[in-house]
Amino acid sequence: MSECVIPTLTSLEVVASKSVLPGGWKADLSNLKVLDLTLPVTELLRRTTSRLPQDVIDAIVKGRDAEEEGSRAFNTLNDMVRNINLSDGQVTPLCQDTGSIIFWVRHPFGLSQLAARKQIRAAVVQATKNVWLRPNCVESLSGKNSGNNMDPFHEHHPAIHFEEWDKPEIEISVMQKGGGCENVGAQYRLPDATIGAGRDIKGVRKCIIDAVVKAQGQGCSPGILGVAIGGDRVTGYEKSKELILRKLGTANADPKMDAFEKELTNDLNTLGIGPMGYGGNTTVLGVMVEEMYRHPASFYVSISYMCWSSRRGTLTIGTNGEPSFD
Amino acid sequence: MIRLTTPITEDQIRQLKVGDEVLLNGRVVLSRDIGHKFMKEQKPEWLKPILENMVIYHCGPVVRKNEDGTWSFVAAGPTTSIREEPYQADVIETYKVRGVIGKGGMGKKTSEGLQKSGAVYLHATGGAGSLLAERVKRVVDVKMLEEFGSPEAFWIIEVEDFPLVVTMDSHGGSLHEIVLAQSQERAKALTS
Repeated sequence: MSECVIPTLTSLEVVASKSVLPGGWKADLSNLKVLDLTLPVTELLRRTTSRLPQDVIDAIVKGRDAEEEGSRAFNTLNDMVRNINLSDGQVTPLCQDTGSIIFWVRHPFGLSQLAARKQIRAAVVQATKNVWLRPNCVESLSGKNSGNNMDPFHEHHPAIHFEEWDKPEIEISVMQKGGGCENVGAQYRLPDATIGAGRDIKGVRKCIIDAVVKAQGQGCSPGILGVAIGGDRVTGYEKSKELILRKLGTANADPKMDAFEKELTNDLNTLGIGPMGYGGNTTVLGVMVEEMYRHPASFYVSISYMCWSSRRGTLTIGTNGEPSFD
Repeated sequence: MIRLTTPITEDQIRQLKVGDEVLLNGRVVLSRDIGHKFMKEQKPEWLKPILENMVIYHCGPVVRKNEDGTWSFVAAGPTTSIREEPYQADVIETYKVRGVIGKGGMGKKTSEGLQKSGAVYLHATGGAGSLLAERVKRVVDVKMLEEFGSPEAFWIIEVEDFPLVVTMDSHGGSLHEIVLAQSQERAKALTS
């Protein structure tokens, strides 16, 4: 089984034909009070859970092609491409761990966050009913599953980050972040004597290498890293996750960080961990780093690890009210 | 490629070595975090005939209930196994389990358990939810569904040519240990 599997995603027309949105659905952005986001967000989840972004697929294929044909690493990446094809064709979840569901909502003045929260929660319940999402929200101590992905306290799941902006359109991004990769995320406080990391870019690099070595294959490598330098314990982690929304292959706006990311990606891929920790040249698909401000006494490096099945998507409701998905 | 069908004998297991590729057939029992804690602490008798010479799969599937009341697996890749490290060796010994399927590998305690009891750790490709669900031919039964919830229940399934790699064998071999040691060496060189 060492032939190169070619990604064969269904066309965007076919994807659109399976949409839960009625044909010609449009939002009236001049009357935000009556806007109902339930259906477009349900459609966003349908796409995200079953179809990987093209840049992620391209990176997996590129990694596969850099492995020795017939090697375990090559075969594993090949199986990942097979899985991508299957899920897209069937509209079934790429992975049984459909993750924690995290939203970022950017909206103009006038949108009710209370109403939007209700609608987004309704969309998640519907997507769970449709078997696009696994019920992944359990009470911590008893382990009791709420069954519909809802945290009854309306606080933590699904996580929804709202931000008002000065543009007229609405943008909703979602990430489905699996538990395996979430568990291998790490936060370092510099200086860190245990790994010999000081308060400089070399120290940051040590943290990142350390986290990837500790993760081995457990986060479903090849992974994608979001790294926030600075911030506090909360904002650093929050930023590190948001960074994973960036498309692979796009440049960091800061040329210094861009060079750092590229060098790190190359270095990490010499660690030999490989796909699923089986050994190989493809340990990460990309690294996204951003520098934040911090308290003079605190120097955190927060690292979020995303699995190869990087399920993310963005719904934009444009000024003409038409929804588009990316 | 080695074809194995459950139930598996200790003799068959002892022949497997790290790196062997296996296509598994027959019954497999799903269990993960709550199940392992339950098995170690409560040691339910009713599970013994279900698990003897069988294979446990660390997996919390996405399932669909069909109109006729039967179940179908929609996505069923492995979950990270290391969380079961405190329980696995005991579970293998108590229930005479011959194999454990998961991802990411397990630690020293489990490796010792594999050697002592005659069992192997089989690695499946993480994230390949649809691909692996395709190899699930039938859901035979489910236990503790109400109590544990669907991702944690003991699903009893039949698989056909389920693709796996032996990454920890019953002789103390572990691919995970080798890759870890090599990557730690390389990390040292990168940061010196």
